[in-house]
Amino acid sequence: MARKNPNKNNDKHVTDQSIDSSRRNLLKSAGIVGAVAMGTGGASNVIAQDSAARNSPSSPITREALEVLTAEEAETLEAICDCLIPSDENGPGAYEARAVHYIDRALSSHNKSVRENYMVSLEAINRYSKITRGKAFPALIKDHQNSILLAVQSNKVVGCAPSGSEFFNMVRSHTIDGTFCDPYYGGNQNFVGWDMVQYPGIRLSASETDVAQGADLAPNHQSAYDHETYTKMASNIEMTNRGGGKNA
Amino acid sequence: MPKNLPKTDVVIVGMGAAGGVAALPLTNAGLKVIGLEAGGWLSPRDFAPDELRNGARNWPQAVQKAATEAPTVRATSNDKAVQGGHPMMNAVGGTTMHYWAQSWRLNPWDFTVVSATRKRYGADRIPVGSTVEDWPFGYEELEPFYEKVEYSVGISGQAGNVKGSINKAGNIFEGERQNEYPMRPLRSSPFTELMGDAARKLDWNPFQGPAAITSELYDGRPPCQYHGFCNKGGCHVQAKSSTAFTTIPKAIDSGNLDVVTFARVTNIVTDNNGKVTGVDYVKGSESFFQPADVVLMASYAYENVRLLQLSKSRAFPNGLVNNSGQVGRHYLSHHQGSPVLALFPNDLRNWYGLPAQGVAIDDWADDNFDHADMDFIGGANLWVHTDRKPMSAAKMSTFGRVRNWGSDWKKFIMENADRANTAYLQKTTLPYEDNYLDLDPIVKDPMGFPVTRITAYYHDNEKKVTAFSQERMEEWYREAGAIEIVRTGLGNAMGASTHAYGGTRMGDNSETNVVDRWGFAHEAPNLGILGASVMGTSGSRNPTLTVQALSWRTAEYLVNNWRSIVG
Repeated sequence: MARKNPNKNNDKHVTDQSIDSSRRNLLKSAGIVGAVAMGTGGASNVIAQDSAARNSPSSPITREALEVLTAEEAETLEAICDCLIPSDENGPGAYEARAVHYIDRALSSHNKSVRENYMVSLEAINRYSKITRGKAFPALIKDHQNSILLAVQSNKVVGCAPSGSEFFNMVRSHTIDGTFCDPYYGGNQNFVGWDMVQYPGIRLSASETDVAQGADLAPNHQSAYDHETYTKMASNIEMTNRGGGKNA
Repeated sequence: MPKNLPKTDVVIVGMGAAGGVAALPLTNAGLKVIGLEAGGWLSPRDFAPDELRNGARNWPQAVQKAATEAPTVRATSNDKAVQGGHPMMNAVGGTTMHYWAQSWRLNPWDFTVVSATRKRYGADRIPVGSTVEDWPFGYEELEPFYEKVEYSVGISGQAGNVKGSINKAGNIFEGERQNEYPMRPLRSSPFTELMGDAARKLDWNPFQGPAAITSELYDGRPPCQYHGFCNKGGCHVQAKSSTAFTTIPKAIDSGNLDVVTFARVTNIVTDNNGKVTGVDYVKGSESFFQPADVVLMASYAYENVRLLQLSKSRAFPNGLVNNSGQVGRHYLSHHQGSPVLALFPNDLRNWYGLPAQGVAIDDWADDNFDHADMDFIGGANLWVHTDRKPMSAAKMSTFGRVRNWGSDWKKFIMENADRANTAYLQKTTLPYEDNYLDLDPIVKDPMGFPVTRITAYYHDNEKKVTAFSQERMEEWYREAGAIEIVRTGLGNAMGASTHAYGGTRMGDNSETNVVDRWGFAHEAPNLGILGASVMGTSGSRNPTLTVQALSWRTAEYLVNNWRSIVG
């Protein structure tokens, strides 16, 4: 529902409604984490709210596991990503793109070396939130979250690794990666990132007419790996590399 | 002990841009060639249009030999050298697999920087501390080899000077050519037309640059599909004229080339008389000695130099062919950074563009304009191109208009993702006394060999060229309607570069050069060196076509002088 490009979608009602409901889910999730972090929420309550959030028709979350991050880390990161690329009146953001899901997966593979920086820094941010605002980061209102991120960015939050500004820049970069990458990697779900910047999608061939249309070219919503050539199921495709069979 | 293999006529170390071209004239002449390549074969199936994997995660070079031996970098000998990345890749075809494929001839001035500058402006205009020399020959000598490569690998472009006849659709400043390009240039785009029109209003001379990319059916390969994933990606239809899809398969078809993949060459072996006898290499857990009458080194500049420095012997205690102390000297990495960024009020329609589909301005390059009132020599080729992808677009400069995150930022990129452009300015870069390559005393590769240490920085001449070219670039963008401009810093340390030159410079004087005018070592006549490590000047354009023309020329010389070289 939230996947439509707001720039191209004249049906504003649909867009707004889906954003509203995803916002509600986000706040719900944030509330859960806040409760757990504060030590006041019961486990059964968490499960009940959690499944309610996931069963909501407009939730982008389907079958999403945490491979690396803890639930608390993921919720804190989710709130940070939502500050960086917010879901707002201009359409979906990092939340709908599932940037956190992307980051979690990347931390077990390509970005393994910075896992500890996430661990230490997310803890430092929550500690700073509790000291300055009385609540864990995800439980705060957006304005307070933003002011804390500014403090992280300007190295005022003690304990971030390798430093507040470096951690901030890294998370910003990874959030962008997770919002605008090929959906194969677990982010850019439903192509919300590509629609956000009106990228018409991967094409194996672009004609002069395609190019001339610019942002008016209809998005094709395909992953690179929707193309038979690149999926590794394509073992039947004949290798055209003439030297390939002559490997010494 | 390494296993001794049967002797071959020629062994080439590296099957990339240079070695991949040299193999063709050698095998056509009937010489038996073994090509040792550190990477493997890749096919079009490997080149998914995937910005994250190719652009951000640097597949596949991030996992290869080159990545494990990235040079350390420091500006001067007083600084601490820090290891960075390695921009090149290992594969059959080497970096011609994933390069931008711009394929320029050098300007005639680049061959005669010293004598032409003295003649036109006086001897005091050669920058202090520069070790620049004229090449041992002029552009005319290389012209036939440029043409052979253009036709063999397949280059598209618009000639500007065929036999003295000037065509304003091409580069009017280029050296005289004997023939047109084999293919018309890549097509234009709304953005290249916008910039071309703006340049003409300034009375400049815009033209479509040459590319090793098919613009039409060529030699059985289809034309470019303009899907736009050239940058750090190979071509899914083989429209990019990589040596892996052009000269190397032809050389293999001759029956005279054997390519050995995943071979890491560790040592060039010499006898007590200083004659090269072959190379040692490691493949997996096995070691081999490959004897050969002639060894051609065709790794990238850093590895060419490092292999020489590592190959110590009784005849060459300071590294192979380094009794003169010249190996590693006259190093430069092309000043191709310090871009200018522009923001436009309308969409540029660049989502399906590629780096080689662009407009060039040569009016401010080389000595194409009067330097009498300038305080520098040389200049820059100004280049704008059409490559735009979503992740990198989202990471664009905000031109000081908004904080770089949050709702305002999101609104900014939603509006401007396709409205920004970054110019590519390639600037004349000279060699200097204090810029050089040696072996790092501390950092080693996984096999225990020291990595290369780059000690180099951009001197005043390069910074002045940079400031001047940024000014011209801003003028051009403004004329085209840009509403915001950002100029970046002028540059300091020379990091590991895709345009690395020198270290085994070519020249007649054996006291200041490693190889002779044919590319063979002054100190070991059966050792040839291919690649930009033999080039003494950069010019203001991409080096690959010149590297390939020189490689063809060295190979042809070897064929014609086999007996005297083998001895």
